[in-house]
Amino acid sequence: MTAEITPDIAAKVANLSRLKLTDEELAKFTDQLSAILEHAADIEALDLEGVLPTSHPYPLKNVFRQDVVSQGATSDGNDTEKNSGEKIAAFKSSVLGVAPESEDGQFKVPPILS
Amino acid sequence: METALQIASAIKAGEASAVEVTQKHLALAKENEDLGVFLNLMEEDALATAKRIDETPDSDKQNLGPLAGVPVALKDNLCTEAVETTCASKILSGWRPPYDASVVKKLKQSDAVIIGKTNLDEFAMGSSTENSAFFPTRNPRNPEYVPGGSSGGSAAAVAAGFSPIALGSDTGGSIRQPAALCGVVGMKPTYGRVSRYGLIAFASSLDQIGPFTTDVSDAALMLQVIGGHDENDSTSIPDATPDYLESLKDQDISNLKVGVVRELSQGVSPDVSARLKEAADVLAAAGCGVEEVSVPATKYGLSAYYLIAPAEASSNLSRYDGVRYGLRETADNAEEMNIATRTKGFGDEVKRRIMLGTFALSSGYYDDYYVKAQRVRTLTINDFATAYEKFDVLLSPTSPFTAFKFGEKTADPLAMYLCDACTIPSSLAGHPAISVPFGVGDNDMPVGIQVLAPALGEMNIFRISSVLEREAPI
Repeated sequence: MTAEITPDIAAKVANLSRLKLTDEELAKFTDQLSAILEHAADIEALDLEGVLPTSHPYPLKNVFRQDVVSQGATSDGNDTEKNSGEKIAAFKSSVLGVAPESEDGQFKVPPILS
Repeated sequence: METALQIASAIKAGEASAVEVTQKHLALAKENEDLGVFLNLMEEDALATAKRIDETPDSDKQNLGPLAGVPVALKDNLCTEAVETTCASKILSGWRPPYDASVVKKLKQSDAVIIGKTNLDEFAMGSSTENSAFFPTRNPRNPEYVPGGSSGGSAAAVAAGFSPIALGSDTGGSIRQPAALCGVVGMKPTYGRVSRYGLIAFASSLDQIGPFTTDVSDAALMLQVIGGHDENDSTSIPDATPDYLESLKDQDISNLKVGVVRELSQGVSPDVSARLKEAADVLAAAGCGVEEVSVPATKYGLSAYYLIAPAEASSNLSRYDGVRYGLRETADNAEEMNIATRTKGFGDEVKRRIMLGTFALSSGYYDDYYVKAQRVRTLTINDFATAYEKFDVLLSPTSPFTAFKFGEKTADPLAMYLCDACTIPSSLAGHPAISVPFGVGDNDMPVGIQVLAPALGEMNIFRISSVLEREAPI
């Protein structure tokens, strides 16, 4: 532990986060992230041998639902009328309608390989 | 100020008009626009809903829902079908969700009147609402002070009387802390008590939706309305939601044992400590057994939280890539487009947390940071369990200090994070907790007392806090 955040580490993390930082921002974030991690060093001294990690606070497991075909976000229980073709088309256009760019019922992006 | 229960009962009895009630609240909100409470005041929609309620034949009005004609404000990270939902971020500016969050559906089914979407810290990350990408919200009690955050707009809406009730979301204290700073009731239910479907995700294992109200009875009513299992959120608890209002009728709390958490009472400003002591005395006078108790792991809550929540956020916020919704910056290829969009669309605090979380999850640091924080989370749950063997509820301040002024903590992220020191532990444990107004501090700004209980212990929280509310210093 007690990893120090260097400008190199901050730059690497920014890249992994798909963020571009100016030199000034890089310096600022390096300092701020270091200060936060320094505070978090108080858990370093704890003996956590044998303590299992918790990823979810409420003990639920094997949550099942009825295995019936539905139309995702357009579905309203088993109301087949609401899942009609017209509804699905309207939903699809409301989703694509707020996308930055779409074509032929699909999301459109700039070239992936260039 | 009328409560939700009073308004609904007058409307169901045919003694009040929903349109008039709505107009009155909208007018007040418009007169006080400079408080920066609403990102979007939904005047037309609200009046249309109110009109429909008024058109119900008198003979049918008793069959209207429990929130008949009650104005409600929604934090702008709750999806509303076809109504702009931004998370106070430039990256979602202009986005109109194709569906309603489950809680929004439930409010509509209860005949509530949604009057607008409230301001927040961008993506619910912050404790002062200064991180909104659009404008800050001011504390209605004194506009020189922050309202707290991240649900500052919803807390201020209720404090200013723009709506008797509002919904917010709480990940590490984002309902309770602004409720305390604005002098209203704010509750975070048990994790899973309320469906998160349609709540824009910040940290999924911690996020929970809850109410802001002017009194404890309205909080009980609201939780009854929004609680319950939802097949669209598999983490929502299957148990039926109890009749909380009914339980409030029994005002005898002498069978309850109250523990004042030592670790959460340390490092608290003296005026807040004084109110905590008075609150403990009130409960002792009401016949509760009141004792101090140590819950050792709570002092590590802040450290664990600021590794776990950013880790989950860095994953949740990877979806803002300029492809399916929101902002897109133009670039020659997809990756450059992703980077340009995220760099322009996110504010500093969001970038900071994404980077912190990415670091905590990255190869070589994962076990030392993320997994270690998760082990501390287990420790927190175990220490609370030990305390709850002896006590029914625990007591602490909600915030270590009362409201502060604009700009006071913006330069130092860690100073801002300390606002949540008392609220974070129960978030890590997934437990319910409430903040009840209890007097004021030295700067004449409200103090909030926090009542905590184990999972599904909301009933005892309501019973204790209604006594605190009744006996609170003016």
